[in-house]
Amino acid sequence: MNFKLKIWRQANAKAQGRFETYEVKDISADTSFLEMLDILNNNLIHEGKEPVAFDHDCREGICGMCSLHINGEAHGPDTEITTCQLHMRKFHDGDTITIEPWRSAAFPVIKDLVVDRHAFDKIMQAGGFISVNTGGVPDANTTPIPRADAEESMDAAACIGCGACVATCKNGSAMLFVAARVSSLAKLPQGKVETLSRAKAMIAKMDELGFGGCTNTRACEAECPKGVSISHIARLNRKFLTAKFKD
Amino acid sequence: MAKIDSRIPQGPIQEKWSKHKAEIKVVSPANKRKLDIIVVGTGLGGASAAATLGELGYNVKIFCISDSPRRAHSIAAQGGINAAKNYQNDNDSVFRLFYDTIKGGDYRAREANVYRLAEVSNNIIDQCVAQGVPFARDYGGLLDNRSFGGAQVSRTFYARGQTGQQLLLGAYASLNRQIAKGTVKSYPRHEMLDLVLIDGKARGIITRNLVTGEIERFGAHAVVIATGGYGNVFFLSTNAMNSNGSAAWQCYKKGAMFANPCFTQIHPTCIPVHGEQQSKLTLMSESLRNDGRIWVPKKMEDVEKLRAKKIKASQIPEEDRDYYLERRYPAFGNLVPRDVASRAGKERCDAGYGVNDTGRAVFLDFKTAIARLGKDVIKARYGNLFQMYEKITDVNPYDEPMMIYPAVHYTMGGIWVDYNLMTTIPGLYAIGEANFSDHGANRLGASALMQGLADGYFVLPYTIGDYLSHEIQSPKVDTNAPEFEAAEKSVRERIAKLFSINGKQTVDEIHKKLGHIMWENVGMARTKESLEKAIVEIKKIRQEFWSDVKVPGKNEEFNQELEKALRVADFLEEGELMAKDALQRNESCGGHFREEYQTPDGEALRDDENFAFVAIWEYKGENEEPVMHKEPLTFEAIKVAQRNYKD
Repeated sequence: MNFKLKIWRQANAKAQGRFETYEVKDISADTSFLEMLDILNNNLIHEGKEPVAFDHDCREGICGMCSLHINGEAHGPDTEITTCQLHMRKFHDGDTITIEPWRSAAFPVIKDLVVDRHAFDKIMQAGGFISVNTGGVPDANTTPIPRADAEESMDAAACIGCGACVATCKNGSAMLFVAARVSSLAKLPQGKVETLSRAKAMIAKMDELGFGGCTNTRACEAECPKGVSISHIARLNRKFLTAKFKD
Repeated sequence: MAKIDSRIPQGPIQEKWSKHKAEIKVVSPANKRKLDIIVVGTGLGGASAAATLGELGYNVKIFCISDSPRRAHSIAAQGGINAAKNYQNDNDSVFRLFYDTIKGGDYRAREANVYRLAEVSNNIIDQCVAQGVPFARDYGGLLDNRSFGGAQVSRTFYARGQTGQQLLLGAYASLNRQIAKGTVKSYPRHEMLDLVLIDGKARGIITRNLVTGEIERFGAHAVVIATGGYGNVFFLSTNAMNSNGSAAWQCYKKGAMFANPCFTQIHPTCIPVHGEQQSKLTLMSESLRNDGRIWVPKKMEDVEKLRAKKIKASQIPEEDRDYYLERRYPAFGNLVPRDVASRAGKERCDAGYGVNDTGRAVFLDFKTAIARLGKDVIKARYGNLFQMYEKITDVNPYDEPMMIYPAVHYTMGGIWVDYNLMTTIPGLYAIGEANFSDHGANRLGASALMQGLADGYFVLPYTIGDYLSHEIQSPKVDTNAPEFEAAEKSVRERIAKLFSINGKQTVDEIHKKLGHIMWENVGMARTKESLEKAIVEIKKIRQEFWSDVKVPGKNEEFNQELEKALRVADFLEEGELMAKDALQRNESCGGHFREEYQTPDGEALRDDENFAFVAIWEYKGENEEPVMHKEPLTFEAIKVAQRNYKD
């Protein structure tokens, strides 16, 4: 298969960016999208040009490192996958493919398609944990947890922190990311204790870091590679409001 | 030469760890505040260690190459984590977990370390539950278990097919709590490029800021290496693209000895290679072998029809299928250890029964399980793995069996450590996959997560105190010391040299060549000839690299090609040491299979008389032959026997 690629190039955070067009030829349909970019980069190096910078690591859809807006969609044209799990068979021979970085005020571009998602760590540091030290904890089976609760907690915990939700949201909100963590812990007795303070602290940090608010467009849910539901945002909102009333 | 003293405590195996803990020194809270510790790597080992050391009151700095500690490759572990809880009442115990691990490792692990690992395994599960890890539960709300290879009990705890992710998020959360408190400072997108020694002690590291290219110095009273394994020597592996052996290798070149480099795990159930453009291999969790049955056709005509796509696997009747693991190993069936399953699969493919167009694949079939349990149960257990398989291959595994083939997955070898997890360099520690100690010649499934967290939460935080108790008078490390100066200079020179070559081959092209030689000659089956050939070939590729590689751009920017070049330069040295180690080990054990040494029915043939030792390699300088030392392995608690998974 042959493709024309329109790729966002930007030397660094301060530089002006622009689209450049490249061609790749003889790509097998079984090649993954990132492998296609590997081939492009290998060609560019041979041509004495600078390869395209993009984030990636596990290449099996779990580390959350890869990103990319492909033809206007976070992680490209397939559902519940990350870019590394996207294969060229999802495109047509001769297609022009537009590739951009995540676009959000809270995720500044580092270079080309690489963005800085450090803000997610900051939000987690604000309260995305249970305050427990190593050691001195009860036996794991001391507190039974209803299976449905554990499953719902796991549904939310599936978030990989890739940032597709933020990049897709017209407000640049991180509500789905925050909600996934708050909701996952709120469903477990161990996490319940700090639910209200956690919700407040994480939302405050999110606001402070320049993420927008949620207006329930559900775009985040549609693009989430792990299918995290916006019902978790509803739970987060309830916890947040309860916390505010208690203040 | 540094002294090799394993410091294994005396006494019965059940009492060694308690006795040792009672005897080692502790550091008072007031003194902990004065001591600095560097942790490199944020996977299960590094994150759990840094969080725990921070809780204890030490000043910790943690470094990772990703944009966040949460991305470390521990996150990709799918199936589960072992512990000797005996929640299933199936007669599991600390001793049984210890015994299975020693046997699974083909009697090439250090007994005392493995017993300790089994001992603390239960604490890990308690800790993770307290952190909010959503493990799978039964209808009564108690924790569920499943089985993994090499065990006849159900002791594996899991969170769907994302156990590593959930455990890492637990450790990452604990780490975040300490970062917020200020006890841990985090340095993402920083790569360690050298270790700094002052008066023979580990005193700091040199890093490259991967965003700006800045070369920085960091000092500490102790350095902990938690940077995982070196499986990416093979280019194609299940490791993440950025996983590398460089931090460990720099330690080796500064005097930390390297143990059993040839012990590589080839995982039996990975999605087969599809072509030259492939960048990495994807694992399908071992947990699938709880319900999946592995087979190839009995008749060559069926194999040919499959390859010609004239029939589908599901059309081959039961009586024409060879469930070769069940046939060869009735007692363990599809749940034999990884090395045994991998070799058996290779044996069938070598005999011509491989089922895909390259002849390098076997079936992993869920037909029987779906008929027995229903599709919904299978979906609940493995849904995400089935989805992953379908996205990659475009085949629905509910209807047609998966195709799988062995791939490089894990390295049991690593930096040599004593019972305290300290390397041969005082003040330098290695934990998790980066060290060598617990898995012998083959790691059992669901034990990597166990070891990473055991080391990080429950072993290192105790043992490091014994060393640091002697450091309470040491002032802050001065990073203007000449040793830092020299280390930084050598890093800058290495980088400058890479840019100066300006040759014709890309880093990936050379890495692929290395990977090919490693897989063909130092892979699943090794011979004296193949290893000698590999040593010669690797040297040639190394010369090619240093005379013909092309690294674009400059140091003072975000430059992924430079990152890769620095790592591949080290892989080109590591590969040679792996081949040398495999060549000296004239026996087969676990994942190390020398074709010359096998039983009449094709099993690994150990030589306990001559090779019951840890091979410990000492670096002697560039273009000098490394020297091998031996740590004899003695077994007091168990009887050494040939591994038997048949009855």
